[in-house]
Amino acid sequence: MARIRTTVDGLVYEDDVEPRMLLVQYLRERLGKTGTVIGCDTSNCGACTVHLDGLSVKSCSVLAVQANGSEVLTVEGLERDGQLHPVQQAFHDNHALQCGYCTPGMIMQSIDLLGDNPDPSEHEVREGIEGNLCRCTGYQNIVRAVQDAAQKMKPGAHASTSSSAAQPVAGGGA
Amino acid sequence: MIPASFDYVRPTSVDEAVQALVEGGDDAKLLAGGQSFIPVLRLRMGDPSLVVDLGGIPELRGVREEGDQIVVGAMTTHHEVTRDDLLAQHVALIQEATKTVADPQVRHRGTLGGALAHADPAGDLAAPTLALDAELVVVGQNGERRVPAAEFFEDYFTTAIGPGEILTAIRFPKYTGWGARYEKFNRVAQAWSIVAVAATVKVEGGSITDARIGLTNMAGTPVRARGVETALVGQTMSEETVRAAAQAAAEGTSPTSDADAGSDYREHLARVLTGRAVLAAAG
Repeated sequence: MARIRTTVDGLVYEDDVEPRMLLVQYLRERLGKTGTVIGCDTSNCGACTVHLDGLSVKSCSVLAVQANGSEVLTVEGLERDGQLHPVQQAFHDNHALQCGYCTPGMIMQSIDLLGDNPDPSEHEVREGIEGNLCRCTGYQNIVRAVQDAAQKMKPGAHASTSSSAAQPVAGGGA
Repeated sequence: MIPASFDYVRPTSVDEAVQALVEGGDDAKLLAGGQSFIPVLRLRMGDPSLVVDLGGIPELRGVREEGDQIVVGAMTTHHEVTRDDLLAQHVALIQEATKTVADPQVRHRGTLGGALAHADPAGDLAAPTLALDAELVVVGQNGERRVPAAEFFEDYFTTAIGPGEILTAIRFPKYTGWGARYEKFNRVAQAWSIVAVAATVKVEGGSITDARIGLTNMAGTPVRARGVETALVGQTMSEETVRAAAQAAAEGTSPTSDADAGSDYREHLARVLTGRAVLAAAG
């Protein structure tokens, strides 16, 4: 057993874990954060994507012990004061899901992408989420949602994430 | 699937890591970024008794300039390699190849040293490392030795790293002002290379004055396309001369046949991609 201390979605946790425990198992089975899902056994699908110290990772390919001393953000930590994160809202507004299984990973990777590139082209969105598979092949609306979120998250754009603000805010904003 | 049980240590220096590895014996394995190794553990294709995590050793991380070489710590992540200014200026080829590795999440965790030590013939970083005449720094109980890339890759998943040794750094000569291109052929996003070509060339006054070309997945180890290099040097830069020189790309290779491609098709790809890579690098 190894003692680990992590901050997950803003709360500090201390636990004894077996070295072989995967981060995704720790999140789901110890912390009950089942919003992060396990999609495959081959590191392909990206459904388990979370942020580790600010960078997106596949939590099935990180050991829980490797996260000792680190900060983890899961899809469950995105909402603020009852308001969805703009990327969550954009996925909702654009119907960017079919079965929904890939959605937590898609959202976490999209947030990582937009942190890096706040105004990605369609091609850049597709490259940015290449590590995430939508088994329903519903990529069209996912890409639209990411671009929609990018517009809404622009400095000067309306911070409001309500669906009534579905129209992208045009130019003008400082 | 969940990995089989193992003991785990996270040393904070290379000396401690070597010590742990030696004490762990044959069943001890090193963990770098874990993007190949953890899937291997999960699929139970490996069940080490001890995992020595190199993630807590600051000296293994980062890029620095040392005289006429750029030194990359073995635990420098792909993400860090793609953003490094020294590499952009002096070793563009390794950066170009690294941009194509897997996907963003994997590049956040995976490391240059881990990928080279893993030595997957379809991995993207061995061919540029070979083409660039890098030296690989290996540390064991008897101190440090430097292995030329041409002697480092021995076979499928097999390198010159001995028992009880750790790859600590990769030393690249400077190729300042050279053009670079990694031309990768694969079926879908994040798939392994069926064939890929790493090319870096120096063009002066419209002529190619120097060239280095490495091939990915054309044998059990990366292969240097020396015939093409020789044919290119001294030539006036044109599409015709490049395509003609690229015809030698498959010489001396021994590509496998598998579900993705037969060996003759891989040879064809090597010629075509070499032409494309050199033209893009020179452009």
